[in-house]
Amino acid sequence: MLRNIFNYTLIASTIRLSTPLILAALGGLYSERGGVINIALEGMMLAGAFTAAVIAFYTHNPWVGVLAAVGAGMLVAGVHGVATISYRADQVVSGTAINILFFGVPALLSGAMFESTGATPQLRRDWVLPDVAIFSAGRFPQLASVFNQKPLVYVAFILVAATSYVIYRTRFGLRLRAVGENPEAADTAGVSVVRMRYAGVLISGALAALGGAYLSIGQNSLFTRNMTAGRGFIALAALIFGKWNPVGAFLACLLFGFAEAISIRMQGTVNIPNQFIQLIPYVLTMVVLAGFIRRATPPKAIGVPYTKE
Amino acid sequence: MKNLARELLFPLLAVIAAFIIGGLIILAIGDNPFEVYRLLLSSAFGLYDALGNFTFDNWGYTLFYATPLIFTGLAVALAFKCGLLNIGAEGQLYVGAFAAAWVGITFARVPGLALVPLALLAAIVVGGVWGAIPGVLKARFGSHEVINTIMLNFVAVGLLSYLTQRHYKAVGDPIMQTVPIAGQAHIARFHALLAPVGINFPQRIPLNVAFLLALLACFIVWVFLWRTKWGYEIRAVGSNPAAAEYGGINVKRQIVLAMALSGALAGMVGINEVLGYRYRYYHDFSGGTASYGFTGIAVALLGRNHPVGIVLAAILFGALIRGGLFVDIFTENVSKDLVQVLQAIIILFVAMEALFRGRLGRFLPAWSKKGI
Repeated sequence: MLRNIFNYTLIASTIRLSTPLILAALGGLYSERGGVINIALEGMMLAGAFTAAVIAFYTHNPWVGVLAAVGAGMLVAGVHGVATISYRADQVVSGTAINILFFGVPALLSGAMFESTGATPQLRRDWVLPDVAIFSAGRFPQLASVFNQKPLVYVAFILVAATSYVIYRTRFGLRLRAVGENPEAADTAGVSVVRMRYAGVLISGALAALGGAYLSIGQNSLFTRNMTAGRGFIALAALIFGKWNPVGAFLACLLFGFAEAISIRMQGTVNIPNQFIQLIPYVLTMVVLAGFIRRATPPKAIGVPYTKE
Repeated sequence: MKNLARELLFPLLAVIAAFIIGGLIILAIGDNPFEVYRLLLSSAFGLYDALGNFTFDNWGYTLFYATPLIFTGLAVALAFKCGLLNIGAEGQLYVGAFAAAWVGITFARVPGLALVPLALLAAIVVGGVWGAIPGVLKARFGSHEVINTIMLNFVAVGLLSYLTQRHYKAVGDPIMQTVPIAGQAHIARFHALLAPVGINFPQRIPLNVAFLLALLACFIVWVFLWRTKWGYEIRAVGSNPAAAEYGGINVKRQIVLAMALSGALAGMVGINEVLGYRYRYYHDFSGGTASYGFTGIAVALLGRNHPVGIVLAAILFGALIRGGLFVDIFTENVSKDLVQVLQAIIILFVAMEALFRGRLGRFLPAWSKKGI
């Protein structure tokens, strides 16, 4: 029985299931390192997932869908930015509003467009993202599935390294961290707190929407209502668990992806009701948060609107 | 008086702004916003039906939908007063409802006089325990209640789906619902309350005693928050935890207390749903119609976390749920999801009070800008 659960397919499915979490968590990182809490990752993912599915349906091209999703994510992030940065709304409240908004908006629009509030139409196979093999398995055919993934999977992994570089090695990253840690000092040094925070939040929306697009036109071939199922929040927990560090968040996402992969593979093979097995990622999120948060220090100015003196 | 006007002005502006944006969305998806809003409001508040006869239906259902929203609005507001955002009312109200149904099913031999209070207590206590979990996690480990309450929503739905399906469903029932509760566990509907005084309130309208309990809960929450030591301490923690700690308040205990009470209030939704309406636990009852837990956030914010404001806001959102059902059926393109969109926009605008005070502020009277 254990051999049915632990094998190469498990690695492949861990990678697949981690990808939307990685993209969203990296998104959260840009926003929160700049000092803006992004509880709206869930809503931004839903915006991306819905837009990608709709645009891919009309254009028959998944790449246009991905681009449109990024645009939609940035638009939603823009709303969060205007509310929290320009009008100093409570960041958690604004984020919650955006999440509720995107429980409703996709249903409202898909009801009007497709006469179904629950899901968008099924996409044809060539309208969704293709699998791309990057490694010819040769002598290890079992490994083939591990290295044959959707392009956004590779994008996510590359973005982990890129984000590490951007955050710690570039002027942009330094300034972003500065406005998240000590906006007064950054302001005095001539950095525009408002502009940097907007940049962080907009990047955040773009990446979270990529994660959503991966769900709707990568892993699946349609958008279904609330298809993120809390992944935006799990990504946020991974970000905290990873101490707001790209590599840390990445590893945490792998852990959550692994938990989800196991829970999917356990269904039907072990004698535990499926309803309980499906809870593993959610319970793990709470356990991890409780067990590790003390050692995590958030950016100092997180959650505090900045008012120029 | 000006103070009161100011309290009312900003929520009102937020609602108007949300309706304008909602109108643009309706226009964009191909319906006439005036027509949609007329339908929405007349089916929620109209006193006469299409034939011109007097009817209780519209107000009756609006108040019925407002009832759970008063409970969840109070739940969110009480946690807010302690500086906590409880977005887990959805899970808390499910476990509360299931607990009430469980009592009504399991103790079917107990007379109503004992069974009803027992079921009420079960909804309150189990909701409270479910709410206390993220409180304990926050107090003990510092983990954020927003993530934990959301996770617990998923856990609640999973557990209850298991319990309903495996243990409490009638054999062969295709619907995810438990067997009915004992007849003596039902609480009175307004039909029964008003019949003795000669008012013919139709029995089909499920407005019941829970509405009166919700109003009572408003009063109790008001007394608790503004007239008791514990309530004062909760508010102190909410406005400045460091100062509260310094002043000798046990911050951790108040966090757990606030979350437990918040969960208990959300659990009371089960009284309306199970004991007064369906007489059984119906799985996903809130997600299917209105997400009472999430709407509670809008209710609390719009009601400015004050019991009186919460009742008014709950009636508004109850009206939107009632009207939304008609909009869903009688318009070409607009579905009842419009309601959630309006809600979210209202929350955003209420949170962005600076918008109305700032650039738009020059259009407002001077007294509204005091105390910024």
